[in-house]
Amino acid sequence: MSDGPPPPEPAVRVTGLRAAFDGRTILENVSFDVRRGEVFVILGGSGCGKSTLLKHMIGLLHPAEGRVEIEGRDLTAARGAGRQSILSRFGVLYQSGALFSSLTVAQNVALPLEEFTSLPKEAIRSLVRIKLELVGLLHAADRFPSEISGGMKKRAGVARALALDPSILFLDEPSAGLDPITSAELDHLILSLRRVLGATLVIVTHELQSIYAVADRCIMLDRARRTIVAEGRPADLRDGSSDPWVRAFFRREVPEEAKP
Amino acid sequence: MGGAATIRLERDGPRAVARVAGELTLATTPPLWREVRGVAAACEEIDVRGVPRCDSAGAALLVHLRRESAARNGGRDAPITGAVAQVASMLAIVEDADVHPISPVAPPHEPDDGVFERVGGAAMRLAEAARGGLGYVGDVTASLAQALASPRTVRWKDAFLYMTRAGADALPIVALINVLMGIILAFQGVSLLGKLGFESYTPEAVSVSVVLELGPLMTAILVAGRSGSAFAAEIGTMTVNEEVDALRTMGLDRTRFLVVPKLLALLAMMPLLVVFADACGLLGGLLIGVTALDMTIAQYMAKSFEQLDLWGASQGLIKGEAYALSIAAVSCWRGLRTGNGAQGVGLSATSAVVSSIFLIIVCDAVLTVVFHYV
Ligand SMILES: Nc1ncnc2c1ncn2[C@@H]1O[C@H](COP(=O)(O)OP(=O)(O)OP(=O)(O)O)[C@@H](O)[C@H]1O
Ligand SMILES: [Mg+2]
Repeated sequence: MSDGPPPPEPAVRVTGLRAAFDGRTILENVSFDVRRGEVFVILGGSGCGKSTLLKHMIGLLHPAEGRVEIEGRDLTAARGAGRQSILSRFGVLYQSGALFSSLTVAQNVALPLEEFTSLPKEAIRSLVRIKLELVGLLHAADRFPSEISGGMKKRAGVARALALDPSILFLDEPSAGLDPITSAELDHLILSLRRVLGATLVIVTHELQSIYAVADRCIMLDRARRTIVAEGRPADLRDGSSDPWVRAFFRREVPEEAKP
Repeated sequence: MGGAATIRLERDGPRAVARVAGELTLATTPPLWREVRGVAAACEEIDVRGVPRCDSAGAALLVHLRRESAARNGGRDAPITGAVAQVASMLAIVEDADVHPISPVAPPHEPDDGVFERVGGAAMRLAEAARGGLGYVGDVTASLAQALASPRTVRWKDAFLYMTRAGADALPIVALINVLMGIILAFQGVSLLGKLGFESYTPEAVSVSVVLELGPLMTAILVAGRSGSAFAAEIGTMTVNEEVDALRTMGLDRTRFLVVPKLLALLAMMPLLVVFADACGLLGGLLIGVTALDMTIAQYMAKSFEQLDLWGASQGLIKGEAYALSIAAVSCWRGLRTGNGAQGVGLSATSAVVSSIFLIIVCDAVLTVVFHYV
């Protein structure tokens, strides 16, 4: 984290968001802040709109109502160069990795550096090496995405999201489809990134053990009520929530999933 | 984002110390990479007391300086000293070669919840599609203009790849189809014109039909089938894989990345293909001409070119370029509008070919009328 007092605005602020597809409302009245430097987790049952919310936060979808601010700047209204400079503040790991299939793993990581910085070639090469080392993929640098496994794609996606040293990292289901050990290692990687980069992390996940390992705070969405039903530290929600549904969410899955 | 960062070589008693100062970040380091070379040979120590914070780009610079210095001094290490905690841990991460030997596993599961409610109002969708289409045409025009104004922004490597695929790789099939077309035309010409006693006009009939109409048309249809469907499927797959989303959130223009290289490739290749197709068509006609008409090759060729002039040939080329533009633009558009899943990709590829052929015929009709009155 940087020295000196951090600026007052939260990393991400969502205000009065309503999300709708073809007039069908998925989420409404969604408001929350993601504080700088914290690990913020978005929880909820399948189909409740977690990915939809994330897509609004990164500007892929336009809210039907409300707005999204990234470090105090309104992403919803930004256009052109202003939008570009907001986009450069964050990196995104997509659920499927979303690596560019025509580029090798190393070229994928190099792409944002080539497009957005004036670094010389050797600098880009060594930065790419570093990011790939970070995620343990240096040996696969010259392979194409079709030639690596799903878990490797995820890690390559993390490396690419980190290319520009973003201050906010959005991760959509980083550990879905990974074995417990790999996903624990990914958790470990996430935590060390946060520690060193001082980055803010926004994570969509189902994995309860991940939640306890990494989350500072979380929000929980509910499909029936179409909004946030709980907000706070995960342990507090499990033990102290007044909402039976929220307690059930944690209780139902904790016992089987607590130990890898 | 802090001020500029600096590297200065200073003497500290007998030692030469590289003093680094300022925040070392992606924003501040690019100019420093050029200075490393000058500093590395002499420096015996790297002092980073003046660095309050660094990101991975900054740490990479420090590590690079250290390695460079070791390489130039027979392996003598120049230690990095005076790092604050944050800089030290970043350096540890960056220097640590194999941190996480993670074992890869099964591919991630895709949650399948895409049972979208079917909404009525096809008219509304059509209007929206029209609006989207207009916006797309605007985007493409702007990106093309930008590509012409500053060719450096074009992804030429991609463009060359598509040129090979759409151009060079298409030569055998274009040759085959057009030779056959020439043979068919000449055969029909001989039998029909022969009934009227005008069979000696067959060479003219064949050459005019091929150069003005059928050469470009057959080529375009082949290109639509080969490249149009490939473009749509490729972009469609990228859409389904969230690659197009990734481009957008990186702030990269999808038209410049995905559409312009394909467009330029087809525009560059189509004239060559059309000329080649014309030659093949004439060759096909020639085969029938010399066997069925008792003409020498020279006579047939001379008659072929009697009704053709430069303007006639250019008409064919202009048509070819119009077809190329339509195929590339509409196929990429179909790709970008791909719905979910593998099925969506198939549909996009199919509709890319159908829309391309439709546009080709429309262009042909319009241009034929225009050329008639010009
Ligand atoms: N492009 C779309 N068009 C129409 N409806 C959509 C679209 N994307 C998602 N939906 C609907 O929005 C709802 C929320 O979907 P979303 O993908 O956000 O769920 P989720 O919480 O991420 O679920 P999961 O945990 O399974 O990933 C679902 O009912 C889904 O059918
Ligand atoms: Mg989801």
